[in-house]
Amino acid sequence: MGDDFILITEGLRKEYMGFVAVNGVDLQVRRGSIHALIGPNGAGKTTVFNLLTRFQAPTAGRIVYKGRDITRERPADVARQGMVRSFQISAVFPNLTVRENVRVALQRKLGTSFHFWKSDASLRVLHERAEELLAAVDLEAYQDTVAVELPYGRKRALEIATTLALEPELMLLDEPTQGMGHEDVGRVVELIRRVSAGRTILMVEHNLSVVANLSHRITVLARGSVLAEGPYAEVSKDPAVLEAYIGAPE
Amino acid sequence: MSGTGIHEPRTLIRMGVITPRRKAIFFAVMAGLGALAPFAVYPVFLMNVLCMALFASAFNLLLGYTGLLSFGHAAFLGSAGYVTGHALKVWGWPTEAGILLGTLVATVLGLVIGGLAIRRSGIYFAMITLGFAQMIYFVAVQLPFTGGEDGLQGIPRGKALGLFPLEGRYAMYYFVYVVFLLGFYVIYRTIHSPFGHVLRSIRENEPRALSLGYDVDRYKLVAFVISAGLAGLAGATKAVVLQFETLTDVHWHKSGEVVLMTLLGGMGTVMGPSAGALIVVAMENYLSGFGDWVTVIIGCVFVVGVLAFRRGFVGEAARLLKSFPI
Ligand SMILES: Nc1ncnc2c1ncn2[C@@H]1O[C@H](COP(=O)(O)OP(=O)(O)OP(=O)(O)O)[C@@H](O)[C@H]1O
Ligand SMILES: [Mg+2]
Repeated sequence: MGDDFILITEGLRKEYMGFVAVNGVDLQVRRGSIHALIGPNGAGKTTVFNLLTRFQAPTAGRIVYKGRDITRERPADVARQGMVRSFQISAVFPNLTVRENVRVALQRKLGTSFHFWKSDASLRVLHERAEELLAAVDLEAYQDTVAVELPYGRKRALEIATTLALEPELMLLDEPTQGMGHEDVGRVVELIRRVSAGRTILMVEHNLSVVANLSHRITVLARGSVLAEGPYAEVSKDPAVLEAYIGAPE
Repeated sequence: MSGTGIHEPRTLIRMGVITPRRKAIFFAVMAGLGALAPFAVYPVFLMNVLCMALFASAFNLLLGYTGLLSFGHAAFLGSAGYVTGHALKVWGWPTEAGILLGTLVATVLGLVIGGLAIRRSGIYFAMITLGFAQMIYFVAVQLPFTGGEDGLQGIPRGKALGLFPLEGRYAMYYFVYVVFLLGFYVIYRTIHSPFGHVLRSIRENEPRALSLGYDVDRYKLVAFVISAGLAGLAGATKAVVLQFETLTDVHWHKSGEVVLMTLLGGMGTVMGPSAGALIVVAMENYLSGFGDWVTVIIGCVFVVGVLAFRRGFVGEAARLLKSFPI
């Protein structure tokens, strides 16, 4: 079982001063799949991401990643083991250039990130790889642009390129198409499909056509609990899911 | 809290306005001016400027490049000054050894204060550093070796390398100048190092840096310790220059003053803090005839300066250069 599932949670729970945001969530994410986490606003999806990546400490429950209990590890350690997240609100380094954004992610594996006595010319060896990554998300023409100047859709693409730079085994994407126009959505969907080769993706997504299009399995969350789980065709007919979504139509 | 609004002249580099060659020429000219300056300007004033410029540049490593506002940097400046003064005066240490000891003490102090303060961010970080600095101030008032309100007087300057007496104003000036250049180089190197790039990413978006696997607290701590150490180097050198150390250097006014210098000159720029230090020290010196009004005048200059030049003088100059490509 440890081999089939890259990520397993058992009874994951998060309380904020009495308010239960995540209530006993059991997740099983199959290695190599695209797994979607959906649910109405405030269902606790982002909180689940925060717990998985250890940005927040769970009140109770267990997180097992690659067969190893990571419930008590530190966020940077989790990231270094290959579970890398993106953020619901676009998370680039605004005043760095596009190339520098990706390079920061690449630079860690050089092992010189604490070397304050070394010239940053030593980072040039990373430019080739940075260019490849940027080409993969159609950003190679923007390498010298300061990230803050990019249009929104491109910022999300840059985020994905930065995440990919770490060659994550498990990518957590929080609403990658949020706030995007039609064309950008199409581009990001294609991008996610492309980068999913050889890795696992867990994504939060409101756009149900994106979910239907991409994901192998879906977990529906409502008020902190798992409402349903299964492939899209099954889940989308589940009466409990329909009811939850009638309250909050998308 | 992130760095929006911080402007770095790197856009200029891309536009070809700042080429490596022009940059080298610029630094060479600045270094040359620094070497000739004591023949045109009163050396003690210049030495003061250099010490404060180093202090502000060290501070800027945190504020401008890491996004951390320390409000207790006087603790490092002043304690290094006292320790160095004591080592030279009472123990009769050689000048360089005394300065190194002061720097070391400030570095260790930085490790302790920074280690606790970096657990919080924003205003809480600032308040923790201020709290510690107040404790250091209290200790300086209480301990007998600091001379309390009278200060530590009569610090001998000694000899550079045990050979050249530093009593003459020129000898002392060039000694300070070398210390400044060394300290400035360390800061420049740090900013433009692999480490410096991680610091910038933390300044720009801390959660994102964390999600990329950087232990942000450790990076902040190293930056804090470097900054504290160099602030100490500035304080130690200043004590040798002035031959006394007083409570003003550990007072929170000094912690505020360095924020002012950095913002006025331009935070997150290499030269900004030095420019800011020059402006502030010059005002304090040449306006001293106005008595208490100096504070008011400096306050006004600060308000107008920051309102009119949000990026500081150097930051705005860099922006101007961008709109008028040479
Ligand atoms: N730090 C916090 N303190 C208190 N309550 C919080 C905190 N973070 C989240 N919550 C609450 O927990 C619930 C779940 O929030 P969460 O952000 O996980 O929802 P979500 O499913 O991601 O929603 P959305 O679709 O709007 O992004 C919400 O009711 C929210 O108000
Ligand atoms: Mg959310």
